[in-house]
Amino acid sequence: MTIDSKKVDIQKENVTEDAKKRSQWLEVWRRLKQNKSAMVGLAIIMVLILSALFADIIAPFGIDDQNLMNALQKPNSTHWFGTDNFGRDIFSRVVHGSRISLQVGFIAVGIAMITGGILGAIAGYYGGRLDNFIMRMMDILLAIPSILLAISIVAALGPGLSNVMIAVGISSIPSYSRIVRASVLTLKDQEFVEAARAVGANDVRIIGRHIIPNSMAPIIVQATLGVAGAILSAAGLSFIGLGIQPPTPEWGAMLSSGRQFIRDYPHMTAFPGLVIMITIFGLNLLGDGLRDALDPRLKN
Amino acid sequence: MSNNNMLLEVKDLNIHYISHEGTVKAVNDMTFEIAKGETLGIVGETGAGKTTTALGIMQLIQTPPGKIVSGEIIYDGEDLLKKSQSELRKIRGNKISMIFQDPMTSLNPVLTVGEQIAEVIKLHQNVNNAQAMVKAEEMLETVGIPGARSKDFPHQFSGGMKQRVVIAIALACNPELLIADEPTTALDVTIQAQVITLMNRLKKEFNTSMIMITHDLGIVAEVCDKVAIMYAGNVVEYTNKYNLFTTPKHPYTVGLFNSIPNIEEDETRLKPIKGLMPDPTNLPSGCSFHPRCPKAMPICSKEFPKRTEVSEGHFVHCFLYENVDNKEQAGE
Repeated sequence: MTIDSKKVDIQKENVTEDAKKRSQWLEVWRRLKQNKSAMVGLAIIMVLILSALFADIIAPFGIDDQNLMNALQKPNSTHWFGTDNFGRDIFSRVVHGSRISLQVGFIAVGIAMITGGILGAIAGYYGGRLDNFIMRMMDILLAIPSILLAISIVAALGPGLSNVMIAVGISSIPSYSRIVRASVLTLKDQEFVEAARAVGANDVRIIGRHIIPNSMAPIIVQATLGVAGAILSAAGLSFIGLGIQPPTPEWGAMLSSGRQFIRDYPHMTAFPGLVIMITIFGLNLLGDGLRDALDPRLKN
Repeated sequence: MSNNNMLLEVKDLNIHYISHEGTVKAVNDMTFEIAKGETLGIVGETGAGKTTTALGIMQLIQTPPGKIVSGEIIYDGEDLLKKSQSELRKIRGNKISMIFQDPMTSLNPVLTVGEQIAEVIKLHQNVNNAQAMVKAEEMLETVGIPGARSKDFPHQFSGGMKQRVVIAIALACNPELLIADEPTTALDVTIQAQVITLMNRLKKEFNTSMIMITHDLGIVAEVCDKVAIMYAGNVVEYTNKYNLFTTPKHPYTVGLFNSIPNIEEDETRLKPIKGLMPDPTNLPSGCSFHPRCPKAMPICSKEFPKRTEVSEGHFVHCFLYENVDNKEQAGE
């Protein structure tokens, strides 16, 4: 540990020097590295991403290998997390489930970020009636509880992976549009934006190249925290049967199917639930750390 | 007055800012012209309408609240006020470019300076990314910054160097007219001298016409050929540099010169012009300078003085010179 911390110190010095030479993102990375809980969060996310990438290698069994002889086993050396009522290995299913969850989390946030970002940027940049119209639409979306909105969208579109992503994405559009609008409002009167206009850049270029990159910090924080929210919403939708359909190993759906056995075989719900919890925990830690690292007022 | 050598002619330009509190007449009946290679200085206090004039020529005034009420801005024989936005975008940065007051905020903090110079080049010339970057590096060298630093971000430069970068951006497409809005105000004196020298050199090198907006008569003496003195949105005196420094006519101009400390005399106090700039939403009647004018006459509060040519190319807006009777009062 002591050796490690020394190593870290030396690295830190190097990074500080580099940061002066390079960009502000290195500076952010340096500050993020000092934040232990953020690094724990990052480690959890990395483990999750790796398990999603190499699920086929890590998982000892297939996702749908039914073996009724082995049904409802408690955790043991062959089945680390035990087996479910069809005798499927829960560990393998959880590992494969990380693929689905991360996919839902990132794509849903991607949908929300791009749509919300564009709407917010247009509203903030042009102002006036257009701004009023867009933001009132966002207010209407905000007035409906997001999970209720997601449920109604999925109910209309029908269950399934892509529809869950769309539903979760749409229900979190307003928060991004508000954030982007707020930062566009402060940025559009900056002198460098005026300077860009003075060199003959058009509106698309000014928004895309000068305003959006400068408003990335709050968006990144919101997106990191948003992935957690999206995973949770997707798991919730699957739990109530509107999301991803069995036999796809989705964590929420696994919780739901284990529900009937919770009294006698709690491991069926405990492990998927634990994984959801740890994932959300890791994403929130990382999000909080990023927020601190990106906040210029906390520079030291 | 209109002859073909003129690059830019501004005629009776009126720019107002209309808000709930009232209408600010920021620029009133502004008239001037600039020949190719010539430099016009616009001098005035804060709030006199200098920047508004510059933004008006570029048509970058925020509407609302700003509005160009009337007038003509004739550039190369064409009225800029009648051009569409896309036509204007082809002119901005290419034919007419602008240097902003504060180099600290006029560069985008997330793009490297090379990218920012290359952006102008890409917008106006048919080149690819790599060619634009090469040109950007050449421009950096021209303003005295090593080309290798094009990959650095603005926060890695000092204020004077940032202003050089801004100048490089402004000159990247070899514009015919450069509008410099107090380019040295945010810089300290030694850097001011460097930047002024650089601008003078580049102006000659590229044969660029320039509008130099400043409140520093020293810069006028160094850079400008012609000068327009502005007060509360009006040009009160318009002449060449020589006339301005030898025979200033308008009482405001005289006051400006008097408030410069004399290096040869042992002065303990500066001689400022008495009073304050008037409230722009509620300008005094007649000549807006009359409440502060040491030579004010009864007529000054009633009418706005007409443009009077006291000698060739020397125009003054003041009743002291409008008819011969008043000349005595002017002390001539």
